Amino acid sequence: MTKRDARVRQAYDGVVAAVPITIPYQRYSPEPAHWWIARALGELVRTAGITPQDIDGFCVSSFTLFPDTAVGLTQHLGLTPRWLDHIPMGGASGVVSLRRAARAVQCGDAEMVACVSGDANHVDSFRRMLSSFSRFAQDASYPYGSGGPNASFALMTDHYMKTTGAMREDFGKICVAQRDNALSFPHALMKKPLSLEQYISARPISDPIALFDCVMPCAGAEAFLVMSEDAAKNLDLPAVRVLSTIERHNAFPDDPIQIRGGWEMDRDEFWAMAGIAPDDVDLLETYDDYPVISMMQFEDLGFCKKGEGAEFVRGHDLTNGGSFPHNTSGGQLSVGQAGAAGGYLGLVEALRQVTGTALGRQVEGAKTAVVSGFGMINYDRGLCSGAAALAGPGA
Amino acid sequence: MTEAIKRPRRKDPQKRTVLPTLPPTSRSRRALGFSVAAAEGRFVLQKCDDCEAVTYPPREACPKCLSMNLEWRDMPEGGKLIAETTIQTSTNVYFRERTPWRVGTIALDAGIPVLAHIHGDIAEGGRVRMIARTDKSGQGVLMALPEQETENMADDKQLRELTCDPKHRRALITDGRTQLGQAMAKALSAAGASTVFVGVAETWRPFAGADALAAIPNVEVIALDVTDTVSVNELASEIGGKVDILINTAEYVRAGGAMDRDGIVTARDEMEVNYFGPLRLIQAFGPGMRFRGADGVNSACAWVNLLSVYALSNWPAYGSTSASQAAAYSLSQCLRGEFHGSGVKVLNALFGPLEEDWRQHLPPPKVTPEGLAKAVVGALQQGLEELTVGAVADDFLTRWKQDPRVLARELTQPEGA
Ligand SMILES: [Zn+2]
Repeated sequence: MTKRDARVRQAYDGVVAAVPITIPYQRYSPEPAHWWIARALGELVRTAGITPQDIDGFCVSSFTLFPDTAVGLTQHLGLTPRWLDHIPMGGASGVVSLRRAARAVQCGDAEMVACVSGDANHVDSFRRMLSSFSRFAQDASYPYGSGGPNASFALMTDHYMKTTGAMREDFGKICVAQRDNALSFPHALMKKPLSLEQYISARPISDPIALFDCVMPCAGAEAFLVMSEDAAKNLDLPAVRVLSTIERHNAFPDDPIQIRGGWEMDRDEFWAMAGIAPDDVDLLETYDDYPVISMMQFEDLGFCKKGEGAEFVRGHDLTNGGSFPHNTSGGQLSVGQAGAAGGYLGLVEALRQVTGTALGRQVEGAKTAVVSGFGMINYDRGLCSGAAALAGPGA
Repeated sequence: MTEAIKRPRRKDPQKRTVLPTLPPTSRSRRALGFSVAAAEGRFVLQKCDDCEAVTYPPREACPKCLSMNLEWRDMPEGGKLIAETTIQTSTNVYFRERTPWRVGTIALDAGIPVLAHIHGDIAEGGRVRMIARTDKSGQGVLMALPEQETENMADDKQLRELTCDPKHRRALITDGRTQLGQAMAKALSAAGASTVFVGVAETWRPFAGADALAAIPNVEVIALDVTDTVSVNELASEIGGKVDILINTAEYVRAGGAMDRDGIVTARDEMEVNYFGPLRLIQAFGPGMRFRGADGVNSACAWVNLLSVYALSNWPAYGSTSASQAAAYSLSQCLRGEFHGSGVKVLNALFGPLEEDWRQHLPPPKVTPEGLAKAVVGALQQGLEELTVGAVADDFLTRWKQDPRVLARELTQPEGA
């Protein structure tokens, strides 16, 4: 492969994201994914002060829409878009939807793109989803104890702890700080304070992972709009500029076990395009289905060196009032994981924080945020990674 | 060190029998190549014929060069445990009933990582020896064992789920009149079977080795004639609930093809023993075994068919017997299908010419009854479903796998087989 030439990626000039929507999560709900997505779309339209006909671009992420896709939803929901996308990337869905929609708007293929993710959670849907998640999972991981992502991340965590010296207390600190952030966030499902002692002594799930390392599957939806800066101005909507994005799939396939994600391949370009450095970031939203992967994101995005994630955590207060506000709504670990909406949660929360419209505790003076996504344990590792740097009106 | 499993107490008839549940069964069609090899106890992975890359999970194309020429190849067994977890909660009922369950990531000497079941005696970060076996669902899985044999290694809870170890189990041998039946009884007793029922037809008729047979520890000689439905059913009503391993040693072998025989009397006798025999046994003992596939330490676990390798392709010199064995071999596939869901494995042991009276004039190499018995018990201890015994059978199977039609041509030439 030849070295990439000096051609610089085009900036996302004139494009903004706006109207962050969260439909309050429910642990179990009999409603299907269509219901959750419809509710989010309705909220988008009402909050933005537009009509459904104004939406000419539609981007959907959901695990539980079967047998439908984004196509069926257009007829179901009465949309007639000229740009349509379906992003099946789980935890990377939010960032990837944003960057695709931003280019569509920037190039004029669409003017108003609704990005929506939503998933149902029926009593048995988690087990069903695991057993048919991917061909590799079906052939080579599900038959080995059927531990699902708990077991996959347990292996990663075990290896990470052995090679870096990270302790359970370090992961616990991430979880405890997020719970603290969740206490003020109205939609969080976990509303009881969590202590480090409770974290450490929790019921083991798949050693070394215990109860508070795991997200709670639930039903819910998240959404936002992507449009031109002018359109946002006309609608009088607080808007967020996109400074930079990256996306990568199946990075480092020869690592025997996952110790890093695709961010490491692309982070130099990410920061260069954004024109900022890690120190300039007011808050970070990582994909946190388990704390080990948040720690890897600290490292791979360049907030600290490889293998020093635990030390970084020890040196910071990760709450909304702290030195390094992280997963400011409580993240999936405290809000819940509403399927693919879990891949939107950090992004939607960042849009609120940098526009000064936080539902929970506002990070003071928040203007610049980085959101990263990670998704799809196809077999033994997460394949999709992405990140976006965002700037609010004051930035 | 693994704790030795204890001999189970007599079962309380009031207690409910635990019903069999299964680990996940569903696989891509490509992955079945792995299961086929695992049933033979071989550890294979796909290897690219063009760039030699080894790849896993099963793929349609090489991830290094996009070649479509991926072939299942035997792999070096070594590896190192680089990450592990003990699953405490599972979404699958089978595993849920068996947690805690140890799995781990193995960096194989073959150059790639795999997820595998992990034996309890493997130390953190330790070297391992990989095996591939079929699990209770009949699909191939990988398990890492300690590199060196450890104490009571076979008693590991997870390993025993993959094997059909006779230890503490009760076996039925259907014909004890033959040297083979007697050798089998001896081998099972030595392997720790708690009871070895040995069937003998017309018990009043004396036979060679009768006293020695009765003297084998844990052997119980009982009346059984596989050609008599009443006899088979009576025995099943007596001991059907406590047969964990059934080994059908009854066979009827006569030289000769079809054209030079007079009438069908001999052929009928061959079918009576070789085909209707197993059919009667399946009807009488199959349902009970299927029900007891998860019944604790001495759960029902294996049905063993001993078949001449000419069941695969007809050898005209023994043409009529070959045909009856082919019928039995075909029936074994039906049985495997009907046992699916129970966790009971069907082991087909295909053997070459046996050292016994009815094959006296055949040239060596031959299989001794003791050798065949030892191989079958070894295959049970390993949890295999397919076994060939003897140089003739090994060679025959190799040729059959290469091209069954070429083999068929060879067999019908004067110097065939
Ligand atoms: Zn290749």
